[in-house]
Amino acid sequence: MLGFLLRRILLVIPTLIGVAVAVFFLIRIVPGDVVVVKLRADGAQVTQDAIDAERKRLGLDKPLAVQFTDYMLGLAVGDLGKSLWTGESVAKEIAIRFPVSFQVAIMATLIAVLIGVPLGILSGLHRESWIDNTVRVLAVSGLAIPGFWLGMLIILMLLAVFNWLPKIGYVSIFEDPVANLTALIWPALSVGYRYAAVVARMMRSALLEVMREDYVRTARAKGVFERLVVRRHAVRNALLPVVTVVGLEFAFLIGGLVVTEQVFNLNGIGKLFVDATTRGDFTLIQGLVLLIATIFVIVNLVVDILYAYLDPRIRLQ
Amino acid sequence: MATTAPAAGPVIGADAIPQRPNPILAFIKAQPLGFVGFLIVLLYFAFAIGAPWIAPFDPEAVDFAAMLSGPSLEHLFGTDQYGRDVFSRLVYGARTALSVGIISALAGCSAGALIGATSGYFGGMIDTIIQRIVDIMLSFPIIVLAMVVVAVLGKKMLLGIDVNLITAIAIPMVPKMARIARSSTLSIAQMPYIDAARAAGYSHARIVVRHILPNIVAPYLIMTTAFIAQAILLEASLSFLGLGVTEPTPAWGLMLSGTSADFYKAAPWMILFPGLAITLAVFAFNLLGDSLRDWLDPKMKG
Repeated sequence: MLGFLLRRILLVIPTLIGVAVAVFFLIRIVPGDVVVVKLRADGAQVTQDAIDAERKRLGLDKPLAVQFTDYMLGLAVGDLGKSLWTGESVAKEIAIRFPVSFQVAIMATLIAVLIGVPLGILSGLHRESWIDNTVRVLAVSGLAIPGFWLGMLIILMLLAVFNWLPKIGYVSIFEDPVANLTALIWPALSVGYRYAAVVARMMRSALLEVMREDYVRTARAKGVFERLVVRRHAVRNALLPVVTVVGLEFAFLIGGLVVTEQVFNLNGIGKLFVDATTRGDFTLIQGLVLLIATIFVIVNLVVDILYAYLDPRIRLQ
Repeated sequence: MATTAPAAGPVIGADAIPQRPNPILAFIKAQPLGFVGFLIVLLYFAFAIGAPWIAPFDPEAVDFAAMLSGPSLEHLFGTDQYGRDVFSRLVYGARTALSVGIISALAGCSAGALIGATSGYFGGMIDTIIQRIVDIMLSFPIIVLAMVVVAVLGKKMLLGIDVNLITAIAIPMVPKMARIARSSTLSIAQMPYIDAARAAGYSHARIVVRHILPNIVAPYLIMTTAFIAQAILLEASLSFLGLGVTEPTPAWGLMLSGTSADFYKAAPWMILFPGLAITLAVFAFNLLGDSLRDWLDPKMKG
């Protein structure tokens, strides 16, 4: 198990370096001139002088090889550069906003797992019943409803039913758990709905597949209680692909946060990304893309380890 | 087909003679939900094409006398904060959604198919490099990829359409299609007729375009339909964030963005109807895509 862990962790490094290199070149080889785009976004006069000055300020006038070495050396010591817009360090800009987004992500995952898995199991066990049909309709609509619209519907509902809206501004859960949770549960629900839909669909189809396996038939034939067959033989095995989906969707939550944070006016990573994009803040975008890639890689690592834990066959390979 | 039975021999009942089923009827019978999706899609097309005749008002006409008025016979879905008719803007919004959605899905899928087929056909170094790039692209949510492209490219209008927005929506569609095209190509490349084409001395380009691409039409059609749904959703999200279609062009996502949130209580119809339009469109294309998949290529399930 230790060898397996080490091997998997070491594999992370080349992947991250690959992403860093890709991001560096993506921003530099595209046809449009980044500086011109940024100056336009600033609303500045786009003269050749202004372009040259900005290039010099950003260090874009140096040869590509020098820029690349600077960038990679900076990354090696955790320096992501400075935001073009605020001048603050990118790492700091991200660190301020990380807790909100992270908490919403965790809450959304809990919602997805606690609702999606049981519903998926029920739906799979009672195939073609009214439960199954309801769950499937809910799941399909979860994939079609745009996240930001769901958020707006939630706000509309809060206003109509309670005539109340959560206060704007983030309070840490350690300071005031009630204020924190009553504010963040709504964005978590609006991101979590789609997530739960994906999980429920996966749980259902994995369960249907496993129920056809020989070992389930064998367990039934030797007289094991149906409840035990489901719990020990079927669900346990069907959970493997569900773990993958939960992990993948967690890594992709930033996609949902981008729009949801806008709706609920949360100052998180998603909103930071939108602002960086609108302002053409390329160092910030670069840093955020690296962050998203790192999260993806770490989540995959965790999923692999969980897999090895759940399925001994993988460890032995 | 079965009208005249031969005079001699045992008489075979008309129902015993196998008939080639009408493909459209067969599709309706096998995939009733898919047919419903198809009908909704048709309806959206009708709105998009017939917008000038269907919409009762000019979608950009400001009417301060009728600001924020609720749904009525005159304004079916009410009006917005500038007194513009919400129904008319939705009808014209179908044009934006469908044109951006379809063009970008087609562009993304075509590029993906070509890249995937090339990657699978050549194998070796080319394949490894392309697959690593695809891997990296697949590790980002599509909206993140699209936003990076928007940030890098900016805006560029051509014939009233933002070309760079279409590029931004098309690029996230490329890696998935490339994956699927590659795996189909790997099995096609083993076929004797590819060997034959090579033996006949055809160029690589000709083999890929004439012999491989025609054989991945089924996954291509399925993916394109599914991607149109995603592209519509993506366009709406980007427009909502202020990174896509801009005012005064009517677009569903745009109708929900910016100040429209200030009118939650005063004018909920401004929020309800555009969201419904997006949801129904995405739902219909998804339904159609799913049933096309089940119908054309049951192996692709899951």
